[in-house]
Amino acid sequence: MSRQLKFNIFRYNPQDPDSVPHTDTFLLEETPSLTLFIALNKIREEQDPSLQFDFACRMAICGSCGMVINGRPGLACKTLTEELPEEITLMPLPVFELVGDLSVDTGSWFRTTNTKIESWIHTDKEFDPNAIEERMENDLANAIFELERCIECGCCVAACGTANMRDDFIGAFALNRIARFMLDPRDERSENDYFDVVGTDQGVFGCMGLLACEDVCPREIPLQDQLGILRRKMGFIGLKNIFKPKAKAVG
Amino acid sequence: MKYDTFYTDLLCIGAGLAGERVAVEAAANGFETILLSLVPPRRSHSCAAEGGMQAALGNCAMGQGDSPDVHFEDTVKGSDWGCDQEVARIFADTAPVAVREAAHWGIPWNRVVGGPATYFKGGKQFEAIEPQENHGLITARAFGGTAKWRTCYTADGTGHTLLYTLDNKVTELGVAVHDRVEAISLIHDGTNCIGCVARDLKTGGLRVYLAKATLIATGGYGRLYSETTNTVINDGGGHICALDTGIVPFGNPEAVQFHPTGVVPTNILVTEGCRGDGGTLLDVNEERFMHVYEPEKAELASRDVVSRWMMYHIEQGKGVPSPYGDHLWLDIRHLGEKHITTKLREVYDLCRHFLGVNPIYELIPVRPCQHYSMGGMRTNADGAAYGLKGLFSAGESACWDMHGFNRLGGNSLAETIVGGRHIGQKVAEYLKGAEANFDTQVVAKAVAQDAERIQRLIQGADGNENVFAIKNAMQEVMMERVGIFRNGDDLQKAVDELQEIYARAKKIGLASNGVGANPELALAIKMQGMVRLAICVAYGALMRTESRGCHARDDFTARNDRDWLNRTLAYWPDLEADLPVLEYEEASQQMPLPPGDRGYGKVEIIPMDAAKED
Repeated sequence: MSRQLKFNIFRYNPQDPDSVPHTDTFLLEETPSLTLFIALNKIREEQDPSLQFDFACRMAICGSCGMVINGRPGLACKTLTEELPEEITLMPLPVFELVGDLSVDTGSWFRTTNTKIESWIHTDKEFDPNAIEERMENDLANAIFELERCIECGCCVAACGTANMRDDFIGAFALNRIARFMLDPRDERSENDYFDVVGTDQGVFGCMGLLACEDVCPREIPLQDQLGILRRKMGFIGLKNIFKPKAKAVG
Repeated sequence: MKYDTFYTDLLCIGAGLAGERVAVEAAANGFETILLSLVPPRRSHSCAAEGGMQAALGNCAMGQGDSPDVHFEDTVKGSDWGCDQEVARIFADTAPVAVREAAHWGIPWNRVVGGPATYFKGGKQFEAIEPQENHGLITARAFGGTAKWRTCYTADGTGHTLLYTLDNKVTELGVAVHDRVEAISLIHDGTNCIGCVARDLKTGGLRVYLAKATLIATGGYGRLYSETTNTVINDGGGHICALDTGIVPFGNPEAVQFHPTGVVPTNILVTEGCRGDGGTLLDVNEERFMHVYEPEKAELASRDVVSRWMMYHIEQGKGVPSPYGDHLWLDIRHLGEKHITTKLREVYDLCRHFLGVNPIYELIPVRPCQHYSMGGMRTNADGAAYGLKGLFSAGESACWDMHGFNRLGGNSLAETIVGGRHIGQKVAEYLKGAEANFDTQVVAKAVAQDAERIQRLIQGADGNENVFAIKNAMQEVMMERVGIFRNGDDLQKAVDELQEIYARAKKIGLASNGVGANPELALAIKMQGMVRLAICVAYGALMRTESRGCHARDDFTARNDRDWLNRTLAYWPDLEADLPVLEYEEASQQMPLPPGDRGYGKVEIIPMDAAKED
């Protein structure tokens, strides 16, 4: 026999002066292979057309549908209800500004942070349309791709103790992004350039090491390793800078 | 009336790969640019492109001897001679430059590893020697309908890496990004396009964007169908804005591609790279069948051909029964764990998470489903829309027309950055001499019209039809009657039924209060427009009495080059009417590659010079 699911969903429409934050309950009969994507759309179409949530690809690659599912940040589209108890509580991701109900503004947050960490290849070389490409080892290309797989869903940020307490912490996503550029020989930034961006309390030294980021990453990116490597590298650069002759450090 | 107004040189509606590539070109030329997007740009549907992009680099062993000429020929054959050959030529010539430029910007393209290598074709293993002198250059994999291995890739996340890299470039150049904003109509005076009216999807408020040039790059219209690989935002929003002007034509609306390997039942795509890398299609007896129908290309014929044979094979009783209808199997087990967990990593993940299937050991249930829109806003080779000055389109939303009646795998991702690069340069040239007159009366009228129709929807002034019921009814008709195999009776019924649905769509009223970023209102605003697009597709298909590429008529099985070597142009000049006005233009002004045999698929051709039948 199929289960009767009980959804407790956070509701608040900041644009509506009559709206106050509260929880609404919806009942839905469970069908085979039911995902939260299908369930939420059914609830919207059949029970409450004002219910706000975000989906796009519905195949776990666009990062739109991060939400807190029974207390744990995750992607709603790849969450099967059969993995959950009958009572399912859905809340919007913390840290990000609420748009309404389960929908949060991750776009602005990530754009601001990507701008802050200058998330692009820094090079003085001009592209020459008539030249063949520069060579690269395939293993290196694969290693860069591995770190490039982040989809900026916001789950690691929402699960992060530091990010929840401090607005200026750039989060595991950004540290992983920097690790990706450090690996890439096309990026000509120096060690000290990277140190200025992430060797700070807003960066890798703000991390308390709770590592919920790695636990909740839906892409299974090795965030713990990257944080460890980055912390060692930045610590080393920091020490070098302390012992550097002053004139040289300025020059 | 209260609304915010934004002025810019270039307004890009849509911030997927094509929109961002054009924006980068304009910004690099010093023009102020605003990107509008329904979602944060990195969540655009471009990120879902998996397998790769075609560019004739010829670096890898199986790509030796490749050139833009061969790529051009493959593209024209793939299109079943429906494409514009001038555009296909620009495309094939520019693709290698675009792929190298992307490498310069940071794409971690997979590279040639010199020495002996093991590959698969048709389930059989073979050896090839990768040239040492090309070690470290960009490599490629096989895709359907190509003479050479030409598809450059980053594992099977090529769209993702391209989109992130382009968006990095946008960030670096400081292009303004307005995400969660939806264009709902173009502002024009009948001659010039001067921007758009948009709705802020965070607050529900209206906005006006005024620009010297406006680009539509909003992707395809797959969500007219119930079973599609497309993201939920590919609802034809940009096409609606253009068609509703009454002046800009919808080119080849009936040219809709079905991809052979949508996963059953979710319609999530598994990349053509699976078959390119040597995966096979199996039937209920777990036997291959494509080599029987297509001895030459087998699983790697073009998508229209493979999809048709799959449906044919299912109709012969060879499908695998399931609660979601009959399907076939995709088998990649023989490629082995290392290959699957690296080069087909996304496939590996999505099969396990969404199907509970481990493709290293198990078969993947697949069936063709809607995938790509070859049709779109008709533009010239510069990307300038027919009918309105200052309006451009690029990417899937455009009918630039390098794809004709069937797009080759790996050519859409390529079109976004190759076409985006070319059209971006043309837009920059246009902007160099352009000044616009923003007529406040025209602007006020456009906003007032949109504000009024929104009010009527909220108040239920025209009725209380349920918007979701109308969307579902439309999608069912399209899936049922305007699918892979088409015939006059079904298409006529589709048009009739869609017209009834259109009448209902005019009576939509909201069930909720419509306050703020209300999702019911967002859908209601475009629902009439979506049904108009659906009618264009069905009616275009009904009138095209031949079979060409993906447009396969049971009652007109031949490709008719005598009467139908042309492109449909659908106009909707009168919003009260319930049919578009169809015109036709020659498929291509020049024909360096004259119509002939594609080398795969059924060969039944009425030649250009055949005598007319009475």
